[in-house]
Amino acid sequence: MKFNINGKTHDADVDIRTSLLDLCREHLGLTGSKKGCDHGQCGACTMLVDGRRINSCLTLAVMHQDSEIVTIEGLGQVGDLHAMQDAFVRHDGYQCGYCTPGQICSAVGMLGEVEKGWASHASADLTAVELSDAEISERMSGNLCRCAAYPNIVDAIREVAGKGDRQPVLEAAREIGA
Amino acid sequence: MKPFAYARADSTDQAVSEALAPQTRFIAGGTNLLDLMKLQIETPAKLVDITRLPLNGVTPRDEGGVSIGALVPNSDLAADRHIIADYEVLSRALLAGASGQLRNKATTGGNLLQRTRCYYFYDTATPCNKREPGSGCSAIGGVNRILAVLGTSEKCIATHPSDMAVAMRALDATIVTQKADGDRRRIAIGDFYRLPGDTPHIETVLEPGELITAVELPPKVEGARHLYRKVRDRASYAFALVSVAGVVVMDGDTVASASLAFGGLAPMPWRNPAVEAAIVGKPATDANFAAAADALLADAKGFGSNDFKIPLARRTLIASLRELTGK
Repeated sequence: MKFNINGKTHDADVDIRTSLLDLCREHLGLTGSKKGCDHGQCGACTMLVDGRRINSCLTLAVMHQDSEIVTIEGLGQVGDLHAMQDAFVRHDGYQCGYCTPGQICSAVGMLGEVEKGWASHASADLTAVELSDAEISERMSGNLCRCAAYPNIVDAIREVAGKGDRQPVLEAAREIGA
Repeated sequence: MKPFAYARADSTDQAVSEALAPQTRFIAGGTNLLDLMKLQIETPAKLVDITRLPLNGVTPRDEGGVSIGALVPNSDLAADRHIIADYEVLSRALLAGASGQLRNKATTGGNLLQRTRCYYFYDTATPCNKREPGSGCSAIGGVNRILAVLGTSEKCIATHPSDMAVAMRALDATIVTQKADGDRRRIAIGDFYRLPGDTPHIETVLEPGELITAVELPPKVEGARHLYRKVRDRASYAFALVSVAGVVVMDGDTVASASLAFGGLAPMPWRNPAVEAAIVGKPATDANFAAAADALLADAKGFGSNDFKIPLARRTLIASLRELTGK
């Protein structure tokens, strides 16, 4: 099977049962994405697939051979961090760090959804979205942090959202590779 | 996960033809199916990948209303301008369910068919008539806090977990399918789900290999107020203990029309015409709202740890009706 991950083509000969998460972690050496629950409950495995955040544990690799996949490695690397990675570091948006790659990929995908005007359960008006802290919390509820670094995670996301200068996800991934 | 064969369908005809093989499941979002396959609760011999089928549009129908392709993701459906404008209860219900990541993957057809989150259905070490017909129900006499109080049987008290389907029940949706022999049919959502009875493992009227291709909504109800109220253990990302989907039209202080459906209470998105009859054509008063709750819960039966759902459903319905009628 052939995959397009972080702007690079990868070949892998994997069992049909392999999840997208296991493909990256076990076969391609991309261990940034984490396996928490393996059932779509914790969000640690969140990746960006065709620009959308998804739980990579709950999809089969074989179904994504023509998708553009971005993992945490593709968002940025040490010395050239994505704005969201940089904000998480500066705001101390983690303790143990296990959920962090999923949090960051999810936050980047989430801001893309806000840009498209998508409302959330926290939106009073479904046609006019403003990213309050309540909105950030609601939209990030699929990413659990057992260390409860939530206040700092919200701070980091609020800062990046406010700047409005996010690097486009796929473009950044192509530039940096992994 | 048990081994399975995999086929990708390029057309609906091909998909239903591939599904003639026994123990075949269609896969689209996969967010519930793969979860269950990992636990070997679902053990299909073959998966037919339908994600390439052209069933992903939300399109107006010539006769009024809208047709929602079976593959439209929950996120996109919730954000659709036509849905927000004319069927707000559906957007609200979708946004109240799951997480951003799951809504990006989960599809309209798959959401209708998601399985119960009953603890015992998921625990393969315990008997469950839905998972293993004839083995018994562990939830009756067990931990049943999240389970049903309406429509249950001696064999099963599972709840249907969907929020989306509850809104669709209130909106009188029609489910469009294609069968393995190519025949198409249109099934009213009220006829789509089956109560558990003696066969809780059979949840819908779909035949083996029958594919949901679309969900149709009738023309919007003019002048209606929409509401989806969901009560759950967490503020976000939790299944409903009780939910109410409502579409109500007022004429002054009188309820001109009402459509009410309920989640978290029953093995299917629940609707009972007696609830609506208790308020339609009458003044919007707490006494009439209480009569509607009486009608909803007349046959309700708790199983111990879910007894609280009966007064909770009563209060949730009355609060919802106050909001819907502006009282």
